[in-house]
Amino acid sequence: MEQNKKSPKILVFSTDKISDPGIDQAGLRKIHYNPSVYVISLPCSSGIKPKWILHALENGFDGVFIAADGHECSFSSRCADHTNTIVETSQVLMKERNINPKRIRMAALCSVCAEPFANHMENFSKILMGLEEIPA
Amino acid sequence: MKEKIGVYICHCGGNISDYVKVEELSKMFHEEDNVVVSKDVMFACADSNQKEMIQDIQEFGLDSIVVCSCSPKLHLHTFKNVAERAGLNPSNYVQVNIREQCSWAHSDQPHEATVKAAGLIRAGINRVSYSESLEPIDISVKNTALVLGAGVAGMKAAIDLARSGTEVFIIEKDYFVGGRVAQKETLFPTETNAKQLVTSLYQEMKKYNNISLFAGASIEKVSGSLGNFNIDVKVKPRYLSPNANPQMVKQAMDECTVTSADPFNFGFKSRKAIYKNYPDAWPDVPVVIPELLENEIDYKEKFKTIFNFNEPEQILSLVAGSVLVTTGFNHYEPKEGEYGYKTIDNVITLPELNTLMELNPKQLVYNNKQVKSVAFIYCVGSRQTKGDNKYCSRQCCTSTIHTSLQLKEKYKDIQTYHLYRDIRTYGKQELMYEASSKQGDLYFKYEEKEMPVVEKVDNSTIVKVKDYLTAKMPLEIEADLVVLVTGMVPREDSAQISEFLKIPMGSDRFFNEIHPKLKPVETVIKGVYIGGACQGPKNISESVQSSMSGASKIVALLKRGTVSVDPIIARVDSDICTWCGKCAEVCDYTAIREIEVDDKRVAGVNKAVCTGCGICAPVCPVNAIEIAQYTDHEIESMIDGFLFEVDIKEGEVIQNDQHEEDESTGMKEYPQIWKEILAGIQERNTIPEIIQNTGINGDLVTYHLMTMNKYGIVSPDGMDAKEEYYYYKVKN
Repeated sequence: MEQNKKSPKILVFSTDKISDPGIDQAGLRKIHYNPSVYVISLPCSSGIKPKWILHALENGFDGVFIAADGHECSFSSRCADHTNTIVETSQVLMKERNINPKRIRMAALCSVCAEPFANHMENFSKILMGLEEIPA
Repeated sequence: MKEKIGVYICHCGGNISDYVKVEELSKMFHEEDNVVVSKDVMFACADSNQKEMIQDIQEFGLDSIVVCSCSPKLHLHTFKNVAERAGLNPSNYVQVNIREQCSWAHSDQPHEATVKAAGLIRAGINRVSYSESLEPIDISVKNTALVLGAGVAGMKAAIDLARSGTEVFIIEKDYFVGGRVAQKETLFPTETNAKQLVTSLYQEMKKYNNISLFAGASIEKVSGSLGNFNIDVKVKPRYLSPNANPQMVKQAMDECTVTSADPFNFGFKSRKAIYKNYPDAWPDVPVVIPELLENEIDYKEKFKTIFNFNEPEQILSLVAGSVLVTTGFNHYEPKEGEYGYKTIDNVITLPELNTLMELNPKQLVYNNKQVKSVAFIYCVGSRQTKGDNKYCSRQCCTSTIHTSLQLKEKYKDIQTYHLYRDIRTYGKQELMYEASSKQGDLYFKYEEKEMPVVEKVDNSTIVKVKDYLTAKMPLEIEADLVVLVTGMVPREDSAQISEFLKIPMGSDRFFNEIHPKLKPVETVIKGVYIGGACQGPKNISESVQSSMSGASKIVALLKRGTVSVDPIIARVDSDICTWCGKCAEVCDYTAIREIEVDDKRVAGVNKAVCTGCGICAPVCPVNAIEIAQYTDHEIESMIDGFLFEVDIKEGEVIQNDQHEEDESTGMKEYPQIWKEILAGIQERNTIPEIIQNTGINGDLVTYHLMTMNKYGIVSPDGMDAKEEYYYYKVKN
């Protein structure tokens, strides 16, 4: 648990064409962030299932971050709304399981958003460290 | 579940292994039950390693492979090809990014980077365990393309498509071709006459009997998908008899006295009730405005043989394998009062000035007054940090400066003032900026926070500006004509076209490509491409480049008669689905519809239309939808993999400078490219000499030579005489 206090485990859902290149660029430019951040890349942030988010939070992740496509999404102009609905649905399910809804966070991230990504990870890590542990 | 997995963990020279203990990891995963091969390799992408992977797949009968190296953006296709060459379905390959998202990102914490890499690799192994062999979806396609918009971009694309043997339908909303270019007189940088350019493209199109042009036509309905789009096109009548005598038509045009405002010439001219946009407009068939002739009884009687006032609208049903959208743009129209537009009589826009110049060949006259001074205000309707159009319209700076040069050349005694925010005459267009400065045009820089103000003082029009080039000095410029340099905006029918063809639009309301650099003319709709300024502001060269690129994509797509599309699409478990329709509601592409399977109403996915975005999956209340390669098993097993506890001792990290002495770099054999570079070094050579000796791409030589230097395989040996390049020699 001490390890968790130091660096919370964060699962990031990124997208192949928009946010994943931005996260890659953070590495390319050696912009460091919490090494307990793990990324799953999907075609579109509107395709994240709330059950995946719960699976992560119930099995050891401290937080889930959605690097959303926002208005840049090449699939749907309603992408931000769809992704927002996924977050809201997940938060309802999280509350039912006594998981703090602050453990999920969403922000639009572009294909060159290297520094913003690192900043988001730092801020989210701080927030997660201040929360009560997820009930077993 | 896969039982014979091959895992390859890359050193990437030292890019990964300087921070991540790849050798330890490869040993650790070798002990997994379902992992048959686990190797650490110097360069996973090297030819020698690719051959070794193929041998392993065949020798050990591997059913899947995991390559742990750089970002999938770089080598996804390299390793998919390796799998295919070895006879393995490429869907049974997973790429794990342990460079950009691990060794480089966490080079400050090498131990944590190794722990993270272990989790990432474990997730990759878990994911590949659930991978399925997917086969590409073959769709038969009709070798016919529909080009929407017969501007310069559309016509050029149509010619290219026809030349390659594709049948082309080209649809133009206006009655005449040429789009915005036809409204211009002279084009930069070649000083080509715009109308002649349109004529030459039209004549070129007419040479191909596989091009059918429909002018005065627009899309009414679209159904179908890649390979077979069914498109209903409405063609408006011209109210001319098909057998009209051309001499009689000409006489009717000459004798017509009824006119109305002419939008083609921005209202500076009037047009007759039987008109062409300009004398050489194509097709060479005029259009009649019947409403204007309502009371012209005698005229109609005289020319009754040429008119057909009962001509109906026609609806044509066309089938096309692919669609190229080149619908162009609109000029931004300033709001009433914006810099005095429409409230002060001598404020006009740049396109209006261009038309005015064309209509006044000898002397520039506006409102019956000779124009001696012109003040241009740049960036009107573009770069609005608080408005809708946040983008730069790219071509307006050059267009304005070109106009300024023409003003001087055509009318001699005229002074121009340029009130700009930044001059963006990129590339060779910069030469025009230089010429304009040399001819005495005056430039004043303003900032968005202190915009110029146009005022009428007595009979004079005054432009007030704070010039940031001279310490914000307030200036007042009296101008005979104030010209607002307006940018490009999407056409008013963009939303409708987007609705018909399902092309996504950006927040700027231009059509969106998949990727600005890597897929710049492709849209997420299979078989639908975009070119020209419908995608965003472009000049003519750029528009033509993109439409030709779209045309070549279409030729490549259609010429084989069948197209293989990516099998990563949605699929519905019809046992679970109860058809509530929520998935169909969120699908922007109408790829999902209600079907019947074994007497049960369920959701069905049109494989040719589905983009695999996955938007339908989370909305299913019974979790009946999955996207191939992103199944619940695959994603949840990855999450479990990330959480995999590893027992890696925190030890010393191999420092860069230790490599020189370190014989055990894990390199059993140098990569092939290193061998070739070593063979290209005779005693000592500079990088350009090695490039010449080996014939290898310069960037590759530079990159690999640096790595070889780092590993003590070569070393620098002084500089050449010009002190430009180091000599390198092979280190003994």
